[in-house]
Amino acid sequence: MNTKELCGVANAKLDAFVTWTALDRSNLSDGRKLAVNYFIVAVILFFAQLLFGMIAATQFIFPSFLYGWLDFSVNRMVHINAMVVWMLYGFIGCTYWLLEDESQTEIVGLKYGKLAFWVLTIAVAVVVLVYLFIQIGAGNDTTLWLINEGREYIEAPRWADIGIVAVVLTFFYNVVATFSKGKWSGIAGVLTLDLVALAGLYLAGMFYMTNITHEQFWWWWVIHLWVEATWEVLVGVIMAWSLMKLLGVRRKIVTTWLYIEVALMFGSGILGLGHHYFWIGTPEYWLTIGGFFSALEPIPLVAMVVHAMYDAGSHSFKNSNHPAVAWIIAQAFGNFFGAGVWGFMHTLPQINLYTHGTQWSASHGHLAFFGAYATINIAFFYLAIQHWRGDVWMSGNAQNAWRWKWALGLLNVGVVGMTIALLIAGYEQSFIERAVEGSTWSGYFSAQNHPSFQSAMVWRWFFGLMTFAGLILLIWDLLTIGKGETRKMAFVETE
Amino acid sequence: MNEENPLWASESFWKKVAIWVTAGSFLILVVLTFDSLSQTEVGGKRVQAYSVINKKIDYVYKEDLHKFMPVIGETELLFGKEFTEEEAEKLVTLGKKTTQAKNCMNCHTLLGNGAYFAPDLTKAWLDKGWLSKELREDLMIKFLLDPENNARTFGSNRKMPNLHITPDEAKGVVAFLKWMSSIDTNGFPYNFKTIYATEE
Ligand code: HEM
Ligand code: HEM
Ligand SMILES: [Fe+2]
Repeated sequence: MNTKELCGVANAKLDAFVTWTALDRSNLSDGRKLAVNYFIVAVILFFAQLLFGMIAATQFIFPSFLYGWLDFSVNRMVHINAMVVWMLYGFIGCTYWLLEDESQTEIVGLKYGKLAFWVLTIAVAVVVLVYLFIQIGAGNDTTLWLINEGREYIEAPRWADIGIVAVVLTFFYNVVATFSKGKWSGIAGVLTLDLVALAGLYLAGMFYMTNITHEQFWWWWVIHLWVEATWEVLVGVIMAWSLMKLLGVRRKIVTTWLYIEVALMFGSGILGLGHHYFWIGTPEYWLTIGGFFSALEPIPLVAMVVHAMYDAGSHSFKNSNHPAVAWIIAQAFGNFFGAGVWGFMHTLPQINLYTHGTQWSASHGHLAFFGAYATINIAFFYLAIQHWRGDVWMSGNAQNAWRWKWALGLLNVGVVGMTIALLIAGYEQSFIERAVEGSTWSGYFSAQNHPSFQSAMVWRWFFGLMTFAGLILLIWDLLTIGKGETRKMAFVETE
Repeated sequence: MNEENPLWASESFWKKVAIWVTAGSFLILVVLTFDSLSQTEVGGKRVQAYSVINKKIDYVYKEDLHKFMPVIGETELLFGKEFTEEEAEKLVTLGKKTTQAKNCMNCHTLLGNGAYFAPDLTKAWLDKGWLSKELREDLMIKFLLDPENNARTFGSNRKMPNLHITPDEAKGVVAFLKWMSSIDTNGFPYNFKTIYATEE
């Protein structure tokens, strides 16, 4: 078969698939068409994330698996990069989704937004292919510009960084111009300022420095001030808007809550950055400042749980989209436990001296990223699919409801299971490697070879598989939910 | 403000609080950032000059401070050569770029940050796994050039892959590791016994 025929076959298959999904894009406004493009790529990257996570987890048990072909470092990099990128895609999608509704006008500069989407997506594809097939380069600037910057979470080479900044500026233009043409609101204001901060922070991670203390100092500005400040506030915005739409909560209430959350989140999270400055060479005052402020970080997360649960409860959980509301509740608890409880447990320097850089961090990282950010995006995928199907019924007695329920169960139980397994491994490492053996190389391996560590890795693998199965079911459900449903959505009344 | 809408439930009050709290915290962060960056310039007390690679570096418990601290000693040349500050900077820079280009951080931790598949590199230069201070340099270079055949794996079967590090890059990496081991990390890792502690 030649290339032309192959393309023909692929096209035909794709067409057949699109027909099978029976999704009608004419149900969506222009802004929302763009939003679902972002959601589609997000789901594909989510799949890639878990696939490479499984390979990396396998290598903990069988180190020779794919050794020399796809080494642990490559798989892990793809795992965490795919995560960061799919979540950002999700957030951009959420923003485009609510933009026209919130500003009550049509999106401004749509064609630039569309172009930006394709530029970003092609860039992401190229970066991933380079990660997989070129992997590493010589120790010089060319490598950092073209292949890989070798800095956890923000490995993307410099050319891609610059592309990302250009795309984000376009996205911004869409957001600001649309609100300016339509109308501003409290939610719109917080959203815009938060996006400015989120994008600005990325610049802090774009420079090379030989002084590793300075390098890690700025690296944490990006990582921490994203996940523990700007991303949290973005979730607050998305949540505020969804509670209005899904449950009919009054705008005044959600806006007031949003300001409270911003105050608490930024008030604790900005200086909480200090919990990463205990051991990287930075001065001792960070032990006090970082310990104190980061210990306050769970407070806004409690506030968010109260907000979501109170609003849901006061509306007797009556809503127009059961899966979305279920995932929003999962978000409230996941955020609180993953970031709040798991984060708090190792945030004081007296404890962090022993847990720093062990599976403890991985335990927290999994529950926090999943609980806080995967969940809210999944909730939005369900909102999007409902409208894409033409505002069909997705409340009680929906067809095939077992699918979304099982996907919810498998994903959550899978991640919690991995979290517990990693926690056990982390405790064991803290004791044996750090406390008893003083973190030497032989101490590291004593801890890795310990039976409780090894069995934890096996448990993590099985719970990882459960998570992966949950994702596959979730994707199947997203593609089919509401198909053939004739009842219309149960519209909620605004208070 | 009225009975129905007290101050603590008012939108405009919380909006102001949010703005002031955010601006205030950020301002404090900026001030502390300037201070931290200046206290951690290369050549200061906390982060040593690159030419520290000409010296003996140790890491010992200080009774009075209740923590482990790096100790810079007499001359102890690396690769039998005395480096000027510029030469040392060049070599450490090559090493640092190599660690990024080879993606070390996605298996190892550096200063405790990174991945957990392989040991921490913060004090790798001082690790007693290198047997003795005479053998250390050669063992490290040999290992970096061909980790597959020089791996000890400590019974874990985990081997570092061959990253096609050149001999020059390997020297750079060793210099970078030596320099990094002299950074004052506020006592992390705790209880670490160096190659010198075991020799005595
Ligand atoms: C949704 C919010 C959060 C996310 C997504 C998140 C994620 C992460 C991740 C992935 C790491 C590991 C970083 C690495 O690779 O080195 C980490 C480290 C850490 N997080 Fe969080 N986190 C969140 C919130 C919090 C909160 C609220 C606290 C404290 C109350 C906290 C405390 C810590 C600490 C102390 C570390 C350092 C661990 C170490 O020393 O190795 N985190 N976080
Ligand atoms: C199929 C399920 C999954 C498996 C098997 C898996 C496996 C892994 C492995 C092996 C690592 C490397 C840890 C190390 O360096 O020792 C890792 C890191 C990480 N994974 Fe996953 N993962 C899975 C799902 C997820 C999910 C759902 C999330 C979040 C949404 C996530 C977020 C992360 C993060 C943030 C890190 C870096 C942690 C750190 O540096 O502390 N993973 N994962
Ligand atoms: Fe943090």
